[in-house]
Amino acid sequence: MSDNSFYGFETLAIHAGAAPDPATGARSTPIYQTTSYVFDDADAAASLFNLQTYGYIYSRLGNPTVSVLEERVAALEGGRGAIATASGHAAQQLALFTLMEPGASFVAANKLYGGSVTQFTRTFKKFGWHCDMVDVEDLAAVKLALAKPTCKALFCESLANPGGVISDLETLAGLAHEAGVPLIVDNTMASPALCRPFDFGADIVIHSTTKFISGHGNAMGGMVVDSGKFDWAQNDKFPSLTKPEPAYHGLVFYETFGDLALTVHGHAVGLRDLGPTMAPMNAFLAITGAETLPLRMQRHSENADKIARYLDSHPNVLWVSYAGLEGNKYRRLADKYLGGKAGSVFTFGVKGGYEAGIKLVEACELFSHLANIGDTRSLILHPASTTHRQLTPEQAEAAGAGPDVIRLSVGLETVEDLVRDLEQALEAI
Amino acid sequence: MNHDIYPNQYIRGILDDTKVIAMVGASPNWNRPSFFVMKYLQAKGFRVLPVNPGAEGQEILGEKVYASLRQLPDKIDLVDIFRNSEAAGPITDEAIQINAKAIWMQLTVRNDAAASRAEAAGLKVVMNRCPKIEFARLNGEIGWSGVNSGVISAKRRKLPL
Repeated sequence: MSDNSFYGFETLAIHAGAAPDPATGARSTPIYQTTSYVFDDADAAASLFNLQTYGYIYSRLGNPTVSVLEERVAALEGGRGAIATASGHAAQQLALFTLMEPGASFVAANKLYGGSVTQFTRTFKKFGWHCDMVDVEDLAAVKLALAKPTCKALFCESLANPGGVISDLETLAGLAHEAGVPLIVDNTMASPALCRPFDFGADIVIHSTTKFISGHGNAMGGMVVDSGKFDWAQNDKFPSLTKPEPAYHGLVFYETFGDLALTVHGHAVGLRDLGPTMAPMNAFLAITGAETLPLRMQRHSENADKIARYLDSHPNVLWVSYAGLEGNKYRRLADKYLGGKAGSVFTFGVKGGYEAGIKLVEACELFSHLANIGDTRSLILHPASTTHRQLTPEQAEAAGAGPDVIRLSVGLETVEDLVRDLEQALEAI
Repeated sequence: MNHDIYPNQYIRGILDDTKVIAMVGASPNWNRPSFFVMKYLQAKGFRVLPVNPGAEGQEILGEKVYASLRQLPDKIDLVDIFRNSEAAGPITDEAIQINAKAIWMQLTVRNDAAASRAEAAGLKVVMNRCPKIEFARLNGEIGWSGVNSGVISAKRRKLPL
């Protein structure tokens, strides 16, 4: 037995959380397809329900297969613990649920995945949560927004979807900590293989495991990862963790669980009462996917880089927003935060605007026209007519999803085949 | 000792060398962390002697409560401190005097000066950790809560005790 802080990333991707099954010796992680677990006796059951001992009660709160994925992703991010959820959206809600109260607010980057913008600014209103969207490159505006007394968190994406924007994590973490709130980073697009936000001061990482972690476009899932480093008792902003919890006979999560407080609260209150639990089958698929994450991210990035360079020289392409290109505004941040890589999801502008964009996606044979990213298959989308259509034109433009924008998620096919497919589609418009 | 991150072998070594624990700040209230940590450690085979001047003479989980470490009748391997960081200082000094082998300060409790004195006297020290969580982490039973156990192994896990 040894300490996983001394193992390399590839080893963790395969082994973290997944020792051979104690009951059977099964080497691959078994799918524990069960809703519930027997209690040894009434006293043991009482201790479990009071969070006084460890064990499984009911799969809404925890399941052995799901736990393996939680530990896997926590280890890859260098975090203290993690909470798996049914989707990335559920992960965002669950993380904020612990931090927020009715009447509370949080600050979010205005360049975010369109679905997050809608969730934050419209749906969360029904909980009495307010989201202040700011340009996180305008540090004065970020500071001002964070100074609001109701503010509980700063939220950004490490590599934004779909605009190819990279957040200056270290600077933003500094501003958040000055304001006494955690920095939450959606690390879905970069994945821990390219970027580990905790190394730059972030406090909570969010994933849609549906994307690169699972990697094969076959399993929905989300994850909240806690660094365990944020001091929840430094101010009175986080009563869910620092005040007695009536549903657990006055137990105080931060006092009882220390740097595991957010992780335990996410299961014992968040999953228990909101219920967005990951299915064991989906956890199994994501565990299998995660084993090849480092290899896949390497090839995803290489293929994307070649395609970005091809598009950059094409006469029907107006611009390419890919941080791997020389002269790109975010190249320096890609070097600092993404190991010089820029991921495999990026956008470009097609000559001819909205109509040409629709024609282009319909002309592709090998690129699949669908609303997902982080698949082995290459994917293409026209955000303005699909994922970002709930937004106002101003919001869509701010999120990098204007009328001429095409989003690619470059897969693992032979890169020459992908170039040929784009070539014939660009000729067809 | 770097008290920001402890190697697994260090923590396991302390737990393996411990049979009798003095728990300073043990509470008779069933819903206080000290109570259910004591209950858990008893279930794992440790003898736990509660120390709490406010509850002297009472019993907690079948064990008599003592007012101070000096009054304990048995030889103590580990002193587990459920008090604040400042109070952990004099308790550490008493633990050195009674020849305890190790000091353990609970989650959010950290006193680096006291730790240095204990280490100079040959004691091992763990701070800002919980022996219940660490025991569970090293024995593969904490997974339900999504904790990164820090353990990598291709050996079949033992079933929890």
